[in-house]
Amino acid sequence: MIIKLKSAPTITTSSCVGGKEERRGPLGDKLDFYDESDKFDCDTWEKSESEMQRRAFNHLLSKRKLQISDIDVLIAGDLINQCTSSSYGLLSFDIPYIGIFGACSTAALGLGLCGILCDGGYTKNAAIVTSSHFCSAERQFRFPLEYGSQRPPTAQHTATAAGAFLIEKEGKGAHIDEVMFGITVDAGISDANNMGAAMAPAAVDTLLKYFRESGTGLEDYDLIVTGDLGYEGHRIVTEMMHTLGYDMSGVYNDCGLMLYDRQKQDMHAGASGCGCSAFAMAASVLPDIVSGKYKNVLFLGSGALLSQASVLQGENIPGVVHLVKLSHREG
Amino acid sequence: MSVNKQKYKKYVEKSAKKSPIVKNCVKAFLVGGLICAIGQALMQLYMYLDISEEVSKALVSVSLIFITALLTGFGIFDNIAKHAGAGTLVPITGFANSVVSPALDNKSEGWIMGLGAKIFIIAGPVILYGTTASVIYGVIYYLCKVLL
Repeated sequence: MIIKLKSAPTITTSSCVGGKEERRGPLGDKLDFYDESDKFDCDTWEKSESEMQRRAFNHLLSKRKLQISDIDVLIAGDLINQCTSSSYGLLSFDIPYIGIFGACSTAALGLGLCGILCDGGYTKNAAIVTSSHFCSAERQFRFPLEYGSQRPPTAQHTATAAGAFLIEKEGKGAHIDEVMFGITVDAGISDANNMGAAMAPAAVDTLLKYFRESGTGLEDYDLIVTGDLGYEGHRIVTEMMHTLGYDMSGVYNDCGLMLYDRQKQDMHAGASGCGCSAFAMAASVLPDIVSGKYKNVLFLGSGALLSQASVLQGENIPGVVHLVKLSHREG
Repeated sequence: MSVNKQKYKKYVEKSAKKSPIVKNCVKAFLVGGLICAIGQALMQLYMYLDISEEVSKALVSVSLIFITALLTGFGIFDNIAKHAGAGTLVPITGFANSVVSPALDNKSEGWIMGLGAKIFIIAGPVILYGTTASVIYGVIYYLCKVLL
Protein backbone atom coordinates (compact mmCIF):
# COMPACT_ATOMS: atom_id res chain seq x y z
CA MET A 1 0.00 0.00 0.00
CA ILE A 2 1.34 3.43 -0.95
CA ILE A 3 1.37 5.95 1.87
CA LYS A 4 1.09 9.40 0.32
CA LEU A 5 2.75 12.17 2.32
CA LYS A 6 0.65 15.18 1.40
CA SER A 7 3.04 17.80 2.76
CA ALA A 8 6.04 16.00 1.21
CA PRO A 9 8.46 16.44 4.12
CA THR A 10 12.04 17.31 3.22
CA ILE A 11 15.34 15.61 3.86
CA THR A 12 17.09 18.88 4.61
CA THR A 13 20.42 17.59 5.81
CA SER A 14 22.46 14.41 5.57
CA SER A 15 25.87 13.34 6.75
CA CYS A 16 28.09 10.30 6.40
CA VAL A 17 31.22 8.86 7.94
CA GLY A 18 33.21 5.88 6.72
CA GLY A 19 36.29 3.74 6.94
CA LYS A 20 39.39 3.15 4.89
CA GLU A 21 37.91 1.21 1.96
CA GLU A 22 34.98 3.61 1.72
CA ARG A 23 37.42 6.51 1.59
CA ARG A 24 39.33 4.77 -1.24
CA GLY A 25 36.11 4.21 -3.20
CA PRO A 26 34.51 6.52 -5.78
CA LEU A 27 32.45 8.38 -3.15
CA GLY A 28 35.33 8.69 -0.69
CA ASP A 29 35.78 12.45 -0.93
CA LYS A 30 32.12 13.00 0.00
CA LEU A 31 32.59 11.62 3.51
CA ASP A 32 32.17 14.13 6.32
CA PHE A 33 34.65 12.14 8.37
CA TYR A 34 36.72 9.03 7.82
CA ASP A 35 39.19 6.96 9.78
CA GLU A 36 41.95 5.08 7.95
CA SER A 37 42.19 2.57 10.81
CA ASP A 38 38.42 1.86 10.86
CA LYS A 39 38.69 2.08 14.67
CA PHE A 40 37.39 5.60 15.28
CA ASP A 41 39.56 5.79 18.42
CA CYS A 42 37.78 2.85 20.10
CA ASP A 43 39.14 -0.41 21.49
CA THR A 44 36.42 -2.78 20.23
CA TRP A 45 34.78 -2.96 16.81
CA GLU A 46 31.31 -2.66 18.32
CA LYS A 47 32.30 0.59 19.99
CA SER A 48 33.84 1.76 16.71
CA GLU A 49 30.50 1.29 14.99
CA SER A 50 28.68 3.16 17.76
CA GLU A 51 31.21 5.96 17.49
CA MET A 52 30.53 6.23 13.75
CA GLN A 53 26.85 6.81 14.51
CA ARG A 54 27.65 9.39 17.15
CA ARG A 55 29.93 11.27 14.76
CA ALA A 56 27.49 11.05 11.86
CA PHE A 57 24.72 12.53 14.01
CA ASN A 58 27.03 15.21 15.40
CA HIS A 59 27.93 16.24 11.84
CA LEU A 60 24.23 16.35 11.01
CA LEU A 61 23.53 18.73 13.91
CA SER A 62 26.44 21.02 13.15
CA LYS A 63 25.66 21.13 9.41
CA ARG A 64 22.10 22.24 10.13
CA LYS A 65 23.30 24.42 13.04
CA LEU A 66 20.84 22.79 15.43
CA GLN A 67 21.04 21.89 19.12
CA ILE A 68 20.23 18.48 20.53
CA SER A 69 17.04 19.89 22.04
CA ASP A 70 15.85 20.99 18.58
CA ILE A 71 15.39 17.39 17.41
CA ASP A 72 11.99 15.89 18.21
CA VAL A 73 12.71 12.22 17.64
CA LEU A 74 15.68 10.05 16.76
CA ILE A 75 15.20 6.78 14.89
CA ALA A 76 18.15 4.45 14.49
CA GLY A 77 19.08 0.89 13.62
CA ASP A 78 21.98 -1.36 12.68
CA LEU A 79 22.92 -5.02 12.20
CA ILE A 80 24.44 -5.86 15.55
CA ASN A 81 22.37 -7.94 17.98
CA GLN A 82 19.61 -5.89 19.61
CA CYS A 83 20.81 -2.81 17.66
CA THR A 84 23.38 -1.92 20.30
CA SER A 85 25.50 0.10 17.86
CA SER A 86 22.61 2.54 17.65
CA SER A 87 21.54 2.62 21.29
CA TYR A 88 25.10 2.95 22.62
CA GLY A 89 26.24 5.30 19.89
CA LEU A 90 23.36 7.72 20.43
CA LEU A 91 23.23 7.33 24.22
CA SER A 92 24.74 10.75 24.84
CA PHE A 93 21.93 12.58 23.00
CA ASP A 94 18.90 13.34 25.12
CA ILE A 95 16.38 12.87 22.33
CA PRO A 96 13.40 10.46 22.33
CA TYR A 97 14.87 7.36 20.73
CA ILE A 98 13.26 4.66 18.61
CA GLY A 99 15.38 1.64 17.72
CA ILE A 100 14.31 -0.13 14.53
CA PHE A 101 15.49 -3.26 12.77
CA GLY A 102 15.16 -3.54 9.03
CA ALA A 103 18.55 -5.14 8.41
CA CYS A 104 20.16 -3.30 5.49
CA SER A 105 16.85 -1.63 4.58
CA THR A 106 17.07 0.50 7.75
CA ALA A 107 17.89 3.74 5.91
CA ALA A 108 14.80 3.48 3.68
CA LEU A 109 12.59 2.22 6.52
CA GLY A 110 13.77 5.07 8.76
CA LEU A 111 13.34 7.74 6.07
CA GLY A 112 9.80 6.47 5.52
CA LEU A 113 8.94 6.52 9.22
CA CYS A 114 10.46 9.97 9.72
CA GLY A 115 8.51 11.23 6.72
CA ILE A 116 5.24 9.86 8.13
CA LEU A 117 5.90 11.41 11.56
CA CYS A 118 6.57 14.84 10.03
CA ASP A 119 3.77 14.65 7.48
CA GLY A 120 1.24 13.67 10.12
CA GLY A 121 2.21 16.75 12.09
CA TYR A 122 3.29 14.66 15.06
CA THR A 123 6.81 16.07 15.00
CA LYS A 124 8.33 19.13 13.33
CA ASN A 125 11.41 17.11 12.50
CA ALA A 126 12.84 13.60 12.88
CA ALA A 127 16.29 12.14 12.37
CA ILE A 128 17.35 8.70 11.21
CA VAL A 129 20.83 7.32 11.87
CA THR A 130 22.12 3.95 10.72
CA SER A 131 25.44 2.18 10.43
CA SER A 132 27.32 -0.99 9.65
CA HIS A 133 30.93 -1.90 10.29
CA PHE A 134 32.77 -4.60 8.35
CA CYS A 135 34.60 -5.85 11.44
CA SER A 136 31.66 -6.05 13.85
CA ALA A 137 29.49 -7.67 11.16
CA GLU A 138 32.18 -10.24 10.25
CA ARG A 139 32.53 -11.12 13.91
CA GLN A 140 28.81 -11.59 14.37
CA PHE A 141 27.81 -13.24 11.12
CA ARG A 142 30.88 -14.94 9.68
CA PHE A 143 34.42 -15.77 10.72
CA PRO A 144 37.02 -14.09 12.93
CA LEU A 145 38.64 -11.18 11.11
CA GLU A 146 42.07 -12.75 10.72
CA TYR A 147 40.76 -16.17 9.70
CA GLY A 148 42.10 -17.07 6.28
CA SER A 149 39.23 -18.00 4.00
CA GLN A 150 38.18 -17.52 0.40
CA ARG A 151 34.96 -15.72 -0.45
CA PRO A 152 32.92 -16.65 -3.50
CA PRO A 153 32.39 -13.97 -6.18
CA THR A 154 28.76 -13.59 -5.09
CA ALA A 155 29.72 -12.49 -1.55
CA GLN A 156 29.35 -8.85 -0.57
CA HIS A 157 31.50 -6.68 1.67
CA THR A 158 29.77 -5.08 4.66
CA ALA A 159 30.39 -1.35 4.34
CA THR A 160 32.08 0.44 7.23
CA ALA A 161 29.90 3.51 7.12
CA ALA A 162 27.23 5.44 8.97
CA GLY A 163 24.70 7.90 7.63
CA ALA A 164 22.40 10.39 9.33
CA PHE A 165 19.46 12.24 7.82
CA LEU A 166 17.29 15.03 9.11
CA ILE A 167 13.70 15.15 7.88
CA GLU A 168 11.75 18.34 8.42
CA LYS A 169 8.18 19.32 7.73
CA GLU A 170 9.37 22.23 5.63
CA GLY A 171 12.66 23.23 4.13
CA LYS A 172 14.93 22.87 1.16
CA GLY A 173 16.14 19.50 0.03
CA ALA A 174 14.88 16.22 -1.38
CA HIS A 175 11.18 15.70 -0.75
CA ILE A 176 9.64 12.45 0.43
CA ASP A 177 6.42 12.13 -1.59
CA GLU A 178 5.43 8.56 -0.94
CA VAL A 179 6.40 5.57 1.14
CA MET A 180 5.62 1.93 0.51
CA PHE A 181 6.62 -0.70 3.04
CA GLY A 182 7.41 -4.05 1.46
CA ILE A 183 6.40 -7.56 2.43
CA THR A 184 8.92 -10.21 3.47
CA VAL A 185 9.69 -12.56 0.60
CA ASP A 186 11.24 -16.01 1.03
CA ALA A 187 12.70 -16.86 -2.35
CA GLY A 188 14.25 -20.12 -1.19
CA ILE A 189 17.85 -18.89 -0.98
CA SER A 190 19.80 -20.04 2.08
CA ASP A 191 23.31 -19.08 0.94
CA ALA A 192 24.54 -16.20 3.12
CA ASN A 193 27.23 -15.60 0.52
CA ASN A 194 24.62 -14.61 -2.03
CA MET A 195 22.32 -12.18 -0.25
CA GLY A 196 21.75 -10.21 -3.43
CA ALA A 197 19.88 -13.21 -4.82
CA ALA A 198 17.95 -13.62 -1.55
CA MET A 199 16.71 -10.01 -1.66
CA ALA A 200 16.19 -9.46 -5.40
CA PRO A 201 12.67 -10.99 -5.57
CA ALA A 202 11.54 -8.75 -2.71
CA ALA A 203 12.80 -5.71 -4.66
CA VAL A 204 10.93 -6.80 -7.77
CA ASP A 205 7.81 -7.43 -5.69
CA THR A 206 7.80 -3.98 -4.07
CA LEU A 207 8.65 -2.21 -7.33
CA LEU A 208 5.91 -3.97 -9.32
CA LYS A 209 3.31 -3.31 -6.62
CA TYR A 210 4.33 0.33 -6.56
CA PHE A 211 4.08 0.67 -10.35
CA ARG A 212 0.67 -1.02 -10.35
CA GLU A 213 -0.79 1.07 -7.55
CA SER A 214 0.69 4.42 -8.57
CA GLY A 215 -0.01 3.91 -12.25
CA THR A 216 3.52 4.99 -13.09
CA GLY A 217 6.29 3.23 -14.97
CA LEU A 218 10.01 3.33 -15.55
CA GLU A 219 9.72 6.38 -17.81
CA ASP A 220 8.46 8.46 -14.88
CA TYR A 221 11.74 8.19 -12.96
CA ASP A 222 15.26 9.46 -13.50
CA LEU A 223 16.72 6.92 -11.14
CA ILE A 224 15.62 3.73 -9.41
CA VAL A 225 18.16 2.78 -6.80
CA THR A 226 18.18 -0.34 -4.63
CA GLY A 227 19.96 -0.53 -1.28
CA ASP A 228 22.53 -3.29 -1.34
CA LEU A 229 21.68 -5.99 -3.86
CA GLY A 230 25.22 -5.89 -5.21
CA TYR A 231 26.28 -7.21 -8.59
CA GLU A 232 24.26 -10.44 -8.34
CA GLY A 233 21.06 -8.87 -7.05
CA HIS A 234 21.29 -6.00 -9.54
CA ARG A 235 21.66 -8.48 -12.39
CA ILE A 236 18.77 -10.64 -11.16
CA VAL A 237 16.42 -7.65 -10.75
CA THR A 238 17.36 -6.43 -14.23
CA GLU A 239 16.71 -9.87 -15.72
CA MET A 240 13.47 -10.49 -13.80
CA MET A 241 12.11 -7.08 -14.79
CA HIS A 242 13.22 -7.69 -18.38
CA THR A 243 11.14 -10.89 -18.57
CA LEU A 244 8.18 -8.83 -17.32
CA GLY A 245 8.68 -6.30 -20.10
CA TYR A 246 10.61 -3.58 -18.25
CA ASP A 247 13.95 -2.41 -19.63
CA MET A 248 15.84 -1.19 -16.57
CA SER A 249 19.04 -0.20 -18.39
CA GLY A 250 20.04 3.41 -17.87
CA VAL A 251 17.58 4.08 -15.05
CA TYR A 252 18.55 1.44 -12.49
CA ASN A 253 21.49 1.46 -10.08
CA ASP A 254 22.34 -0.16 -6.76
CA CYS A 255 24.07 1.48 -3.79
CA GLY A 256 26.16 -1.68 -3.35
CA LEU A 257 27.76 -0.96 -6.73
CA MET A 258 28.48 2.69 -5.96
CA LEU A 259 30.76 2.43 -2.93
CA TYR A 260 33.81 0.62 -4.24
CA ASP A 261 35.85 -0.01 -7.32
CA ARG A 262 35.00 -3.71 -7.20
CA GLN A 263 37.99 -4.89 -9.23
CA LYS A 264 40.68 -2.67 -7.73
CA GLN A 265 39.44 -3.02 -4.16
CA ASP A 266 38.68 -6.76 -4.50
CA MET A 267 35.09 -6.33 -3.33
CA HIS A 268 33.51 -9.30 -5.12
CA ALA A 269 29.79 -8.51 -5.61
CA GLY A 270 29.99 -5.05 -4.01
CA ALA A 271 28.94 -3.46 -0.75
CA SER A 272 26.20 -4.36 1.72
CA GLY A 273 25.08 -3.37 5.21
CA CYS A 274 22.94 -0.60 6.67
CA GLY A 275 25.77 1.85 6.09
CA CYS A 276 25.93 1.02 2.38
CA SER A 277 22.69 2.66 1.25
CA ALA A 278 22.90 5.36 3.95
CA PHE A 279 26.34 6.43 2.70
CA ALA A 280 25.42 6.25 -0.99
CA MET A 281 22.21 8.22 -0.45
CA ALA A 282 23.91 10.90 1.67
CA ALA A 283 26.99 11.17 -0.54
CA SER A 284 25.55 10.86 -4.01
CA VAL A 285 21.82 10.38 -4.60
CA LEU A 286 20.38 13.07 -2.30
CA PRO A 287 22.82 15.81 -3.45
CA ASP A 288 21.91 14.94 -7.05
CA ILE A 289 18.21 15.31 -6.25
CA VAL A 290 18.82 18.65 -4.54
CA SER A 291 20.86 19.90 -7.50
CA GLY A 292 18.05 18.92 -9.85
CA LYS A 293 20.04 16.29 -11.74
CA TYR A 294 17.33 13.83 -10.73
CA LYS A 295 13.74 15.01 -10.50
CA ASN A 296 12.05 11.77 -9.43
CA VAL A 297 13.82 8.93 -7.68
CA LEU A 298 12.65 5.63 -6.24
CA PHE A 299 14.84 4.44 -3.38
CA LEU A 300 14.29 0.79 -2.52
CA GLY A 301 16.09 -0.18 0.69
CA SER A 302 16.76 -3.90 0.74
CA GLY A 303 17.19 -6.04 3.83
CA ALA A 304 18.19 -9.68 4.26
CA LEU A 305 16.53 -10.92 7.43
CA LEU A 306 18.99 -13.49 8.67
CA SER A 307 20.79 -14.26 11.90
CA GLN A 308 23.80 -16.43 12.55
CA ALA A 309 21.54 -19.09 14.08
CA SER A 310 19.08 -19.08 11.18
CA VAL A 311 21.93 -19.56 8.70
CA LEU A 312 23.49 -22.41 10.71
CA GLN A 313 20.08 -24.07 11.01
CA GLY A 314 19.78 -24.00 7.23
CA GLU A 315 16.80 -21.64 7.12
CA ASN A 316 16.10 -19.66 3.98
CA ILE A 317 16.95 -15.96 4.00
CA PRO A 318 13.82 -13.80 3.62
CA GLY A 319 14.24 -10.40 2.03
CA VAL A 320 12.29 -7.21 2.62
CA VAL A 321 12.36 -4.09 0.46
CA HIS A 322 10.90 -0.74 1.48
CA LEU A 323 10.32 1.99 -1.09
CA VAL A 324 10.66 5.73 -0.65
CA LYS A 325 9.75 8.06 -3.50
CA LEU A 326 11.90 11.16 -3.52
CA SER A 327 11.59 14.24 -5.67
CA HIS A 328 13.22 17.54 -6.55
CA ARG A 329 11.12 20.68 -6.36
CA GLU A 330 11.98 24.08 -7.67
CA GLY A 331 11.98 27.09 -5.42
CA MET B 1 4.78 -12.33 -4.44
CA SER B 2 4.85 -16.04 -5.13
CA VAL B 3 8.27 -17.21 -6.22
CA ASN B 4 8.83 -20.73 -7.44
CA LYS B 5 11.61 -21.45 -4.94
CA GLN B 6 13.06 -24.48 -6.71
CA LYS B 7 13.07 -22.76 -10.06
CA TYR B 8 14.52 -19.56 -8.66
CA LYS B 9 17.24 -21.40 -6.73
CA LYS B 10 18.24 -23.26 -9.88
CA TYR B 11 18.31 -20.04 -11.89
CA VAL B 12 20.43 -18.30 -9.23
CA GLU B 13 22.88 -21.17 -8.97
CA LYS B 14 23.17 -21.45 -12.73
CA SER B 15 23.59 -17.75 -13.44
CA ALA B 16 25.74 -16.74 -10.44
CA LYS B 17 29.34 -15.83 -11.08
CA LYS B 18 31.44 -18.89 -10.29
CA SER B 19 34.70 -19.08 -8.39
CA PRO B 20 37.66 -19.48 -10.77
CA ILE B 21 38.32 -23.12 -9.82
CA VAL B 22 41.31 -23.79 -12.10
CA LYS B 23 43.07 -20.58 -11.06
CA ASN B 24 42.31 -21.30 -7.39
CA CYS B 25 43.62 -24.87 -7.69
CA VAL B 26 46.88 -23.72 -9.30
CA LYS B 27 47.40 -21.08 -6.59
CA ALA B 28 46.58 -23.61 -3.83
CA PHE B 29 48.96 -26.13 -5.39
CA LEU B 30 51.82 -23.63 -5.59
CA VAL B 31 51.38 -22.11 -2.11
CA GLY B 32 50.67 -25.48 -0.46
CA GLY B 33 53.76 -26.88 -2.17
CA LEU B 34 55.83 -23.91 -1.07
CA ILE B 35 54.78 -24.39 2.57
CA CYS B 36 55.74 -28.07 2.37
CA ALA B 37 59.07 -27.12 0.79
CA ILE B 38 59.69 -24.66 3.62
CA GLY B 39 58.87 -27.45 6.07
CA GLN B 40 61.34 -29.75 4.34
CA ALA B 41 64.02 -27.04 4.32
CA LEU B 42 63.49 -26.52 8.07
CA MET B 43 63.77 -30.28 8.56
CA GLN B 44 67.12 -30.32 6.73
CA LEU B 45 68.29 -27.33 8.74
CA TYR B 46 67.46 -28.93 12.11
CA MET B 47 69.06 -32.22 11.07
CA TYR B 48 72.12 -30.26 9.93
CA LEU B 49 72.24 -28.75 13.43
CA ASP B 50 72.59 -32.28 14.81
CA ILE B 51 69.07 -32.54 16.15
CA SER B 52 67.59 -36.05 16.07
CA GLU B 53 65.09 -36.81 13.29
CA GLU B 54 62.20 -37.26 15.70
CA VAL B 55 62.77 -33.97 17.48
CA SER B 56 63.36 -32.21 14.12
CA LYS B 57 59.94 -33.37 12.89
CA ALA B 58 58.26 -31.86 15.94
CA LEU B 59 60.31 -28.69 15.56
CA VAL B 60 59.16 -28.29 11.94
CA SER B 61 55.51 -28.35 13.07
CA VAL B 62 56.21 -25.96 15.92
CA SER B 63 58.07 -23.59 13.59
CA LEU B 64 55.27 -23.51 11.02
CA ILE B 65 52.68 -22.96 13.76
CA PHE B 66 54.79 -20.13 15.19
CA ILE B 67 55.23 -18.44 11.82
CA THR B 68 51.48 -18.72 11.08
CA ALA B 69 50.52 -17.35 14.49
CA LEU B 70 52.87 -14.43 13.97
CA LEU B 71 51.55 -13.70 10.46
CA THR B 72 47.96 -13.99 11.74
CA GLY B 73 48.72 -11.53 14.53
CA PHE B 74 50.22 -9.06 12.08
CA GLY B 75 47.15 -9.36 9.86
CA ILE B 76 49.11 -10.83 6.95
CA PHE B 77 47.96 -14.45 6.94
CA ASP B 78 44.36 -13.84 5.82
CA ASN B 79 45.64 -11.81 2.88
CA ILE B 80 47.75 -14.78 1.74
CA ALA B 81 44.96 -17.28 2.48
CA LYS B 82 42.37 -15.44 0.39
CA HIS B 83 44.52 -16.24 -2.65
CA ALA B 84 45.97 -19.58 -1.52
CA GLY B 85 42.72 -21.17 -0.27
CA ALA B 86 43.34 -24.85 0.46
CA GLY B 87 47.06 -24.19 -0.03
CA THR B 88 47.24 -22.55 3.39
CA LEU B 89 44.20 -24.30 4.90
CA VAL B 90 45.28 -27.94 4.54
CA PRO B 91 48.83 -27.80 6.00
CA ILE B 92 49.27 -27.21 9.73
CA THR B 93 49.21 -23.47 8.95
CA GLY B 94 45.44 -23.61 8.47
CA PHE B 95 44.94 -25.23 11.84
CA ALA B 96 47.19 -22.69 13.58
CA ASN B 97 45.34 -19.78 11.95
CA SER B 98 41.97 -21.22 12.92
CA VAL B 99 43.01 -21.20 16.59
CA VAL B 100 44.86 -17.88 16.69
CA SER B 101 42.28 -15.82 14.78
CA PRO B 102 39.30 -16.45 17.14
CA ALA B 103 41.62 -15.95 20.11
CA LEU B 104 42.53 -12.49 18.79
CA ASP B 105 38.99 -11.69 17.80
CA ASN B 106 37.26 -12.61 21.05
CA LYS B 107 39.73 -11.00 23.42
CA SER B 108 37.30 -8.08 23.67
CA GLU B 109 34.81 -10.28 25.54
CA GLY B 110 37.39 -11.13 28.22
CA TRP B 111 39.93 -13.89 28.93
CA ILE B 112 37.40 -16.48 30.13
CA MET B 113 34.11 -16.04 28.23
CA GLY B 114 35.79 -14.44 25.24
CA LEU B 115 39.19 -15.85 24.38
CA GLY B 116 38.89 -18.97 26.57
CA ALA B 117 35.44 -20.02 25.43
CA LYS B 118 35.81 -19.13 21.76
CA ILE B 119 39.40 -20.10 20.94
CA PHE B 120 38.38 -23.48 19.47
CA ILE B 121 35.23 -22.27 17.75
CA ILE B 122 36.64 -23.22 14.33
CA ALA B 123 39.26 -25.81 15.28
CA GLY B 124 36.94 -27.49 17.84
CA PRO B 125 35.17 -29.80 15.35
CA VAL B 126 38.54 -30.86 13.90
CA ILE B 127 39.85 -31.69 17.35
CA LEU B 128 36.66 -33.50 18.43
CA TYR B 129 36.13 -35.60 15.34
CA GLY B 130 39.85 -36.03 14.70
CA THR B 131 40.33 -37.49 18.17
CA THR B 132 37.21 -39.66 17.88
CA ALA B 133 38.29 -40.93 14.48
CA SER B 134 41.74 -41.81 15.77
CA VAL B 135 40.24 -43.77 18.69
CA ILE B 136 38.00 -45.71 16.30
CA TYR B 137 40.94 -46.30 14.01
CA GLY B 138 42.98 -47.54 16.99
CA VAL B 139 40.30 -50.03 18.01
CA ILE B 140 40.02 -51.38 14.45
CA TYR B 141 43.79 -51.60 14.18
CA TYR B 142 43.95 -53.48 17.50
CA LEU B 143 41.20 -55.90 16.52
CA CYS B 144 42.85 -56.60 13.17
CA LYS B 145 46.13 -57.31 14.93
CA VAL B 146 44.50 -59.69 17.44
CA LEU B 147 42.29 -61.51 14.93
CA LEU B 148 44.68 -61.77 11.99
